[in-house]
Amino acid sequence: MLVHGAVYARGLRRYSTYRAATLAGVLTNSVFGAINAMVLLALFGARPEINGYDATDAVTQVFIGQALIGVTLIISGPSLDLSTRIRTGDVAMDLLRPVPLQSWWLAQDLGRATFAFAWRGLPTFAVGALLFDLAAPDAPLATVVSLLLVAVLGFALRYLYTLSGFWILDVRGLWTLMGFVGPVAAGMMLPLALFPAPVADVLRLLPWASLVQIPAEIYLGKDTLPGGSALGGLALQAGWATVLLGLGAWVTGRATRKVVVQGG
Amino acid sequence: MTTEEHTARAMVEAVGIGRDFTVAEGRFPRRVKRVVPAVRSIDLTVRPGEIVACLGPNGAGKSSTMKMLTGILSPTRGSLRVAGLEPSRRRTTLARRIGVVFGQRTGLWWDLPLRDSLELTRHLYRVPAAEHAHRYAELTELLELGPFLSTPVRQLSLGQRMRGDLTAALLHNPRLLVLDEPTIGLDVVSKATIRSFLARLNREEGTTILLTTHDLGDVERLCERVVVIDRGSVAFDGGLDGLRARDPGSDIETVVAGLYRDGAARP
Repeated sequence: MLVHGAVYARGLRRYSTYRAATLAGVLTNSVFGAINAMVLLALFGARPEINGYDATDAVTQVFIGQALIGVTLIISGPSLDLSTRIRTGDVAMDLLRPVPLQSWWLAQDLGRATFAFAWRGLPTFAVGALLFDLAAPDAPLATVVSLLLVAVLGFALRYLYTLSGFWILDVRGLWTLMGFVGPVAAGMMLPLALFPAPVADVLRLLPWASLVQIPAEIYLGKDTLPGGSALGGLALQAGWATVLLGLGAWVTGRATRKVVVQGG
Repeated sequence: MTTEEHTARAMVEAVGIGRDFTVAEGRFPRRVKRVVPAVRSIDLTVRPGEIVACLGPNGAGKSSTMKMLTGILSPTRGSLRVAGLEPSRRRTTLARRIGVVFGQRTGLWWDLPLRDSLELTRHLYRVPAAEHAHRYAELTELLELGPFLSTPVRQLSLGQRMRGDLTAALLHNPRLLVLDEPTIGLDVVSKATIRSFLARLNREEGTTILLTTHDLGDVERLCERVVVIDRGSVAFDGGLDGLRARDPGSDIETVVAGLYRDGAARP
């Protein structure tokens, strides 16, 4: 456990060296969020309520989504260095440590996510609050727990995408596909409440929704959550985190037993 | 302490280990799979306190053998024990007992000062704080790391980085050190520093060292025993004197080059 704490601290420190990139991220996410919010405001101008969402709910979710881009890295390209390390064979060095591969990278990525939340997520949300009328959190404590689970889930999904590199070697194609599917299924591009109800109900149960839609509904206090409460939403997120991390551990075992570490 | 007794007998015990790779050839409809043996059959025993050099031409199977010994590649056949463990099944446990440096790769944190990577090893290998601090100070002095401990690893020269990697592999005081081309790309001064450090480590602490190299200087300076691997098999295993005696008239480079050529004819 101590070693994971130390790795977390190094992940945090490592990413804090990328200050200019972080500032650029805040700018991009705020501008995109503002455009997205204005489109939604025009839509809600024509219809004041859609599937239990009003204009404030929708705009709040847009900025929750934008604030979580840096934490989840749901859009950008191969974001764990691990994919490069698998392609070049440097992963050999990771496998030579007396720590399981997944927990090593989880600790490091949580360090990165912490930095991204504090310096990219919160400022983006603050810009949103400055420009628009955003809702206050319905359940602050549940929201914090939910955000922690978002960081774990964001890692678990990317770790699985990345591990496919042990078989397909270059994961950039997969990333391009998931970089499109992920944000839509997460409710990041558009709140899932605006989708036809049967589609939204299915998407809500998939792991991507637990990255934005579920935490947004917990923040907003919606009864569309599983079980109709914040607790149900947290249970769904925790369930997916357990399943995906379990799958990650299993695939890691298969990958390192069967597959070749590249390079001489 | 049965494992300890086993370790005392042999640090590395490989009997007939080999590794096949499946290679797909040709375009899609006519794709044919072919099995390529990267390592055919290797027998190798390394006793505690030895320094053994592994030589061999590119593609001979040296690196694949090192990967099998460290547990990141499982052998297709044969039996293997390193420090009393079966490497591929007990990889993370084995990692606590051995130190590994791959000359062409780094295990250090690229964006952070060297110090961060070295301090992490205390938690990574669960070394008691006082012991770690003592060894850290000692290695820092011996390998002259002082001037660049606060420099981010990406800004280090190759020689500095290699000394950093070597330190990171040794802070938990492993009994076996596996080095894959530790002097690759280094200038004569850096090479000399690393060679004399390794010799001293072996002499004073009895650390067993197994290294691969293309540099015969490493061999002459460090090793009493040489294993030549060619086309996935052991072509020579013996003392440096024995190697010279194969062709007394010529220098060591010519003897080794001769072994590379007729390696396939060996038993």
